[in-house]
Amino acid sequence: MRLEFTPEPVYVRTARLVGVAVARRAGLPEERLDEVRLAIGEACGRAVTRHLRHNLRAPVLVEMRDENPYIVLVTDRAPDDAAADMEAEITVEASLALLSGLAEELQVMQAADGGGSVVRMSWTARPRRANR
Amino acid sequence: MELSLATRTVAAHTVLEVAGEVDVYTAPKLRDRLTELLEAGTRALVIDLGRVEFLDSTGLGVLVGGLRKARNLGGSFGLVVGQESLLKVFRITALDQVLPLYPTIEAATGQSSDGGR
Repeated sequence: MRLEFTPEPVYVRTARLVGVAVARRAGLPEERLDEVRLAIGEACGRAVTRHLRHNLRAPVLVEMRDENPYIVLVTDRAPDDAAADMEAEITVEASLALLSGLAEELQVMQAADGGGSVVRMSWTARPRRANR
Repeated sequence: MELSLATRTVAAHTVLEVAGEVDVYTAPKLRDRLTELLEAGTRALVIDLGRVEFLDSTGLGVLVGGLRKARNLGGSFGLVVGQESLLKVFRITALDQVLPLYPTIEAATGQSSDGGR
């Protein structure tokens, strides 16, 4: 499943909704869907913010694989730079903390072609074993 | 549900009630309202997040920005958070160590003996 969207904040919500629907199809249990929603929102929000900072109109690409593990890749086309101000800096740090804390596996990589970065997240469909 | 904002006064504090989703799209609206309140002279501010269904890093950035602005003006700034899903967001980012979180409005406005979390 591929979703390309114009880098506007209003579309991040749509990407979250689609990401959760595909996660459900991939067999992720209901109790994991909130963390998937937040993580996909973070990755897409990060991509949109990076595009807006550089006035890039190229679309943000989201790829979702409805298999086990459920893999989501979010690709932006923006060059790396420093955060604009204190608030932006807090947002960038909090975003990375949330992505690391919510995805079972997380990688933030340079995009293979065309510049930009790729956030790769995955979750296994197996329910977490309860703590005893 | 998008963002909705409303203010009321409780025990000499201005309480900003936030409901809905605080994300990359709606957070600027929250930032504008916080700035407006502080510029209008509000010095005892409580943000009630009790009806927030979704909060992302952009919203967290705005809240930390609000805390700093309020403190620079010599004011107080507290957050009311009850939902476990939201508390998890503050814990993962360690911002529960930065932002003063309270379980109830009474605790945030100093009407009960509960302290911050």
